[in-house]
Amino acid sequence: MNIILKQPSVLPGFSLALGFTLFYFCLIVLIPLSGLFVKTSGLSWDQFWNVITDPRAVASYKLTFGASLVGALINGVFGSIIAWVLVRYHFPGRSVVDALVDLPFALPTAVAGITLTSIYASNGWIGRYLEPLGIQVAFTPLGVLVALTFIGLPFVVRTVQPVLQDLDREVEEAATTLGANRWQTFWAVVVPELWPALLTGIAMAFARAVGEYGSVIFIAGNMPMKSEITPLLIMTKLEQYDYAGATALGVVMLVVSFVLALIINLLQWWSSARHMNQ
Amino acid sequence: MSIQVDHVTKRFGTFTVLNDVNLHVQSGELIALLGPSGCGKTTLLRILAGLERPDQGRIFLQGAEVTNQRITERQVGFVFQHYALFRHMTVADNVAFGLTVKPRAQRPSAARIQEKVRELLTLVQLQAMADRYPSQLSGGQRQRVALARALAVEPKLLLLDEPFGALDAKVRKELRRWLRRLHDELHITGILVTHDQEEALEVADRVVVMHQGNIEQIGTPDEVYENPATPFVYQFLGDVNVFHGRVSHGHVGKAEHHIASSEVESLSDEHEVTFVRPHDLELSLDRTTPAQLEATVQFINGAGARVHLELESKDSAEMIAVELTRERYRELKLQPGDVVFLYPKQLQVFRVPTT
Repeated sequence: MNIILKQPSVLPGFSLALGFTLFYFCLIVLIPLSGLFVKTSGLSWDQFWNVITDPRAVASYKLTFGASLVGALINGVFGSIIAWVLVRYHFPGRSVVDALVDLPFALPTAVAGITLTSIYASNGWIGRYLEPLGIQVAFTPLGVLVALTFIGLPFVVRTVQPVLQDLDREVEEAATTLGANRWQTFWAVVVPELWPALLTGIAMAFARAVGEYGSVIFIAGNMPMKSEITPLLIMTKLEQYDYAGATALGVVMLVVSFVLALIINLLQWWSSARHMNQ
Repeated sequence: MSIQVDHVTKRFGTFTVLNDVNLHVQSGELIALLGPSGCGKTTLLRILAGLERPDQGRIFLQGAEVTNQRITERQVGFVFQHYALFRHMTVADNVAFGLTVKPRAQRPSAARIQEKVRELLTLVQLQAMADRYPSQLSGGQRQRVALARALAVEPKLLLLDEPFGALDAKVRKELRRWLRRLHDELHITGILVTHDQEEALEVADRVVVMHQGNIEQIGTPDEVYENPATPFVYQFLGDVNVFHGRVSHGHVGKAEHHIASSEVESLSDEHEVTFVRPHDLELSLDRTTPAQLEATVQFINGAGARVHLELESKDSAEMIAVELTRERYRELKLQPGDVVFLYPKQLQVFRVPTT
């Protein structure tokens, strides 16, 4: 079987563009990542296994990936609603709200963390009303979830928004004239159109949340086994000059993130390829 | 289903899209709403479907008022200009959509739905395409799928919004003949919106000519073409020569007129405008009566069933379009530069406000 890399085309530049892309990709992504693996290889297999299966590390994986996933899903639902409202309705202050969506993106993460902590602490604006209900947000895993949801929101809104904007209203009207109610129109007509973009948004929010450090450490309380995230554990190991241990945890995060990203990409490819194939 | 549109007015902001429109459509008729873009024809169609609400006025379907009824209760099929197919569904699923969203009590069995889809796809001659996606079909095929989808719910009224507007000329011609045959088979009341006068005149039982939110004329294709009620209808329904100026001797409607072009002699705030269709102009090489207009042949286009000529009037240097049969053209042996004399076989004079 021949693999044809270069297809004849009237537009020049394929070789140059491909070459540059590979070079740049190596420089920016592959070399630092392989450095991670090289550093880790200083550990023997047993040592490596001990580091990554340490109960404290496992607890941190659960919190990091679990809270990131839940946060991304929450953003999937509410981000879509925000995008819908911003696209479909015109109300005073719409452009202000539209600009505010980017705030979690633009705000230094430490500022976000401190702000969230002061609001959700037991004497804070919101925390003081949740306290009597027995809900404690700051310095618990719930606080981690709040921070990770906060920083992931723009990703979902910004990926879903343009797709909604392009969504042909006639398609919805067609569904209505055929007798579909609002709910049926939404599930059978709108959601399938949004699905690929929504998946991308959720994946990006998830990826961002997995790597988040600054905003979480303030609100998490960082109790080992309870509210400690993996990036913090890596940071702790670095401060103890345990570079190999830190990179071992980094490898775990990298592999898990890569596998999840791959799954999401496949899902996305599958859901959009169904009706795009010519 | 008979339709009664009763004094309907619709505004978008300060712009009046429909101005006190009245229309009656009998059951089983195929009506064309014809007009330039922005004349309100699509808005009227959307009001009938329930996709828009009129600001004033009422809509009756089959004698019952539906002005405030929801779309889903009106039993109306709507076909969109850009098809509006569900692109993530196969052709068969698209056609079945109207049946599958019915409440469980009214929904036919899965086998019955399948059968119905097969029947409809046979009707629109797309049996082989059932498992394809809309992106794999041509424009004409997509619109036929959209039509089958609309027919699946057995609507009493079929509304078509410029259904062939996005298709190329040849497919458009085929499809509108096919639509006419389909209408004759199904006897469903249909309203077709179009800006193409040829399409309206060919397909419809009656044509409703609209202009700036008003209905200018309602009539059979013959009526509106032969006896246009207003200058607008005359101009919109085909090529026309407009002679600003009056017809001397006041013998309006008879054949002995001298067309004095471009000289607006009237001092009142109205003046007369004479309309003559290109094929209603007779040409001769010699002056036979003094009433004839002298002109020079500028351009000859011999492609098609009729020969199209462009002449320049001697008095006013205005362009005049003339259509001749091939026989007559051969008889006259015309060449560019020849001097000819014009004589209208039929003309219509309107009084219009002077601008």
